Amino acid sequence: MEKEVSTLAVKKGLAQMLKGGVIMDVVTPEHARIAEDAGAVAVMALERVPADIRAYGGVARMSDPEIILQIMDTVSIPVMAKCRIGHFVEAQILEALGVDYIDESEVLTPADQAHHINKHEFKVPFVCGCRNLGEALRRIGEGAAMIRTKGEAGTGDVVEAVRHARAVMGEIRRLENMPEDELMTYSKEIGAPYNTVKETKELGCLPVVNFAAGGIATPADAAMMMQLGVDGVFVGSGIFKSGDPPRRAVAIVEATTHYNDPEILAKISRGLGEPMVGIGISELPEGEHLAERGW
Amino acid sequence: MKIGVLALQGDFAEHIAILHHMEVDTGEVRLPSQLDELDGLIIPGGESTTIGKLATTFDMIEPLRQFSHNRPIWGTCAGAIFLSCGAKRQQPLLNLMDITIERNAFGRQVNSFEIDLIIPALEDPELPFRALFIRAPLIERVGEDVEVLARLPEDSQRAGRVVAAQQGHLLATSFHPELTDDKRFHRYFLSLVKGLEDHDPSLRLA
Repeated sequence: MEKEVSTLAVKKGLAQMLKGGVIMDVVTPEHARIAEDAGAVAVMALERVPADIRAYGGVARMSDPEIILQIMDTVSIPVMAKCRIGHFVEAQILEALGVDYIDESEVLTPADQAHHINKHEFKVPFVCGCRNLGEALRRIGEGAAMIRTKGEAGTGDVVEAVRHARAVMGEIRRLENMPEDELMTYSKEIGAPYNTVKETKELGCLPVVNFAAGGIATPADAAMMMQLGVDGVFVGSGIFKSGDPPRRAVAIVEATTHYNDPEILAKISRGLGEPMVGIGISELPEGEHLAERGW
Repeated sequence: MKIGVLALQGDFAEHIAILHHMEVDTGEVRLPSQLDELDGLIIPGGESTTIGKLATTFDMIEPLRQFSHNRPIWGTCAGAIFLSCGAKRQQPLLNLMDITIERNAFGRQVNSFEIDLIIPALEDPELPFRALFIRAPLIERVGEDVEVLARLPEDSQRAGRVVAAQQGHLLATSFHPELTDDKRFHRYFLSLVKGLEDHDPSLRLA
């Protein structure tokens, strides 16, 4: 067989290389350097971290390509960038810039309230958010090569990340025990393509890598998500909105590796300075839940 | 026989799944004490900077060098970088193989690819090995004691460049046999482990 680029195996493959690692939101080349020095497996280039997107309000869009390019020049690890849900031209621009992964993200203001991007059309792989199995499998059906549970970005409250990870894992456990002849109706109920439902049942896990995101702010948060069974973690505002970003970044990386070793976790959790202040999920006004974006 | 997989970061679970499928006993290695009782070690794909930093912090560098004296190690992609003695960038390396590496030699993720390789050292050598190159490194230079196991085919980008090499019982591949169903490279590594044991059982610590 000839050389082939952008096959599903190649797209999924990069996400497999990120497993057991931490992907950090960064807004400047200096942040990117701190993230790489701390041991991040990739950085997510953004104009503002989610906590600031909440604070500023207005429309949140793809970052200025200039910043993304500067970050790509600064680090040797993969660089991801976000586009708005459904905004396929932002995605085309990010692909032209040469980013390694695109996050079609609910953290930005959606550009289409009914449709996500047809991700099969792109050479660059995509990661998408989900709250449950149906949403994850719809995104995979559209071509996503990696999934992250959404959590609630910019809050520093891990409760939604836990809810979404437990939802996906729980539904997969149910699916594994489901008789074959109930799969079509189940696919209809959760709004997911039958073939990916069947594949998930056979594998006993999602057919792509699944990270946790949205509200992870401490080493303990990261380790808990890993113990719940995700493959790695995204940390957004949790690092650069804390009192001592370099130290916290290192501690979260170490906690993601040694997630099952409470003695090491105790050691690395000590003296990290102030965590991000955060917003309790119950204090969020109606309509400000980012996780509800996505269809 | 028990094979460890360095589990600091990366696709260690993929290697373990293949070894399980081959009915080989395995163990995840995150701390030096977990190297005891292993007959060989795989360093998986991942981010070499992350793996190097974690190995340094958790005092794995020296124990891994000790381990290599009498037991085989195989590094895939990031693992190959970690085994090398140079990657043109400040990052922790094991300096075990006399090879230097060019990281991200093909460019960014959109330039990642899969291609057929002919690898004479494997069983059924005429059968091409489908190799996945993910933001892959190239083995830029090999020392005198290093045997080249595979090169990129003539008509490809960076044709003829080295993508798999062996120095004694140390193995390095720029690509990811753990991401395909072809188990020949894993069997080749197990044959090195077995060969070393048969050759001199006293070398076994376990």
